[in-house]
Amino acid sequence: MTGWRLIKLFTVLVYLFMFAPIMIVVVLSFNASMFGGFPIEGVSLRWFVELYENEAIVRAFRTSMILGTLTAVISTTLGILGSLAIVRYQFPGKVWVNTALVAPVLVPETVLAVGLLLFMRWLEQPRSFMVLLMGHVLVSLPYVVLVVQARLVGIRRVYEDAARTLGASAIQTFFRITLPLLMPAVFAGLLFAFTISFDNITATMFWRPPGIETVPTQIFGMLRNSISPEINALGTVMIVITVGLPLAAGALARYFARNPT
Amino acid sequence: MQSPSSDARPWILLSPALLTILLLMVIPMGIMLIVSFYIYVDVGVDEPAFQFGNWQEFFGDPYYHYAIWQTLRVATITAVVCALIGYVPAYFIATTSYAHKWLLMLLLILPFWVSFIIRTLSWIHVLGSQGIINALLMGIGLLEEPLPMLYNEGSVIMGMIHFLLPYMVLNIYVSLEGIDPNLVPAARTLGATAWQAFLKVTLPLSLPGLAAGTLLCFVLAAGVYVTPLILGGPDDFLFGNVIFDTLMSELNWPMGATLSCAMLAMLGVVVVIYNRFMGLNQVYRSLG
Repeated sequence: MTGWRLIKLFTVLVYLFMFAPIMIVVVLSFNASMFGGFPIEGVSLRWFVELYENEAIVRAFRTSMILGTLTAVISTTLGILGSLAIVRYQFPGKVWVNTALVAPVLVPETVLAVGLLLFMRWLEQPRSFMVLLMGHVLVSLPYVVLVVQARLVGIRRVYEDAARTLGASAIQTFFRITLPLLMPAVFAGLLFAFTISFDNITATMFWRPPGIETVPTQIFGMLRNSISPEINALGTVMIVITVGLPLAAGALARYFARNPT
Repeated sequence: MQSPSSDARPWILLSPALLTILLLMVIPMGIMLIVSFYIYVDVGVDEPAFQFGNWQEFFGDPYYHYAIWQTLRVATITAVVCALIGYVPAYFIATTSYAHKWLLMLLLILPFWVSFIIRTLSWIHVLGSQGIINALLMGIGLLEEPLPMLYNEGSVIMGMIHFLLPYMVLNIYVSLEGIDPNLVPAARTLGATAWQAFLKVTLPLSLPGLAAGTLLCFVLAAGVYVTPLILGGPDDFLFGNVIFDTLMSELNWPMGATLSCAMLAMLGVVVVIYNRFMGLNQVYRSLG
């Protein structure tokens, strides 16, 4: 059938459209040339070495890692607690609560950024790492809620009831039954929040205090001159972290699910 | 069983998250509205007041009209193109009997994990004067000088499509997956051609996903300001850029607040109209 062939071909083209530009960044990061673009003049790892020796980049990297980790922990804690309430309990106003939790997704990030900035100014607080952290929690929370809720629905109360009936205390039940069942949702939330924070630039450019750079704002600053090979190398490192980490985690999870120790 | 209304436990569990939203979003939005009535005195200085000067300036100044028009146009083009090219792969993934369908799904989600700024700047390597297209064309001798394809509205839209297309495909895919697989064979048995069956059965049933994807792409595209800074020329600024400049360069807080309120109101209208006809659940479902 020719129609189906066309659909298939078009699909391949769309995937190519999505991945080819990213692949080019990765390929160019191994280019020995002094310039960030084509032509390719040989294979080299020197730009990764320069990256490691560039103090500003290493500092931005550390900031992003700390910020991402803290955001992930706080956001996932808030998200899991809130999602538990929504999945487990019936209460009046539940639909409204759910909408409120997810609402930040529908507000443009620029507006969220301006709002928080004005609020901090009203409180006479200078822009600080704390403001950046609070902002990142706000931006990532709705995604965590959505992702975690989808995974919590599958955990039914009967398992806990069974444990209690068989003589476990409430605390035992929580640690031996509820928490292990929650773990996939916790990991999903952590990964999601970390990636969102690590990647954020739109709101971060508003919130970051003077002198503090995250990896994306650092890249943005470096772009103002020209596209340097270091940017390509940094891009490759970021791709490895934000893509490689979840993939490895997913593969590990599948491995352990298949071979329980 | 306790009666549900007297049970405080869900509210205890919810309070940290709800407080976060209240403190970091709801109250700030209120303050934003209040500050939009303040008077701008000097760089970074303003005076509390209740007057409509900022709003008059917003409604009267052609500079802002241009920015809004530009933003609506770019966001509309982006959303429509995403819908047109996103439908086909979504349809393919939903209907294929290919054994490694999970791989196609994974590849669809993968771009979400690749940094936005990397995905955006990667287009410099495609369209730029040292990009792959110019390098190839000059390499085979078709061009003497590199073609100027970067730093115009086209490259901005290209970057935004690249960033938003996965949202669209995912939204359409979710609603295509939900269609009863017996419906199309039934239509075919009753004499419809494959094309007719698609037009009369599949397409109407996938409209919620298509609409949700278009809404999401439109709203996200309208809020963007980093893409024009990286891929656009001096004239390719969007409304988000105006807000950023007003606030971060001019330090005109009242006007920045006014513009942000205006942006929220405009996109809010779009979302409310959508919600009236389609319901937001579709959007939430695909985001999860």
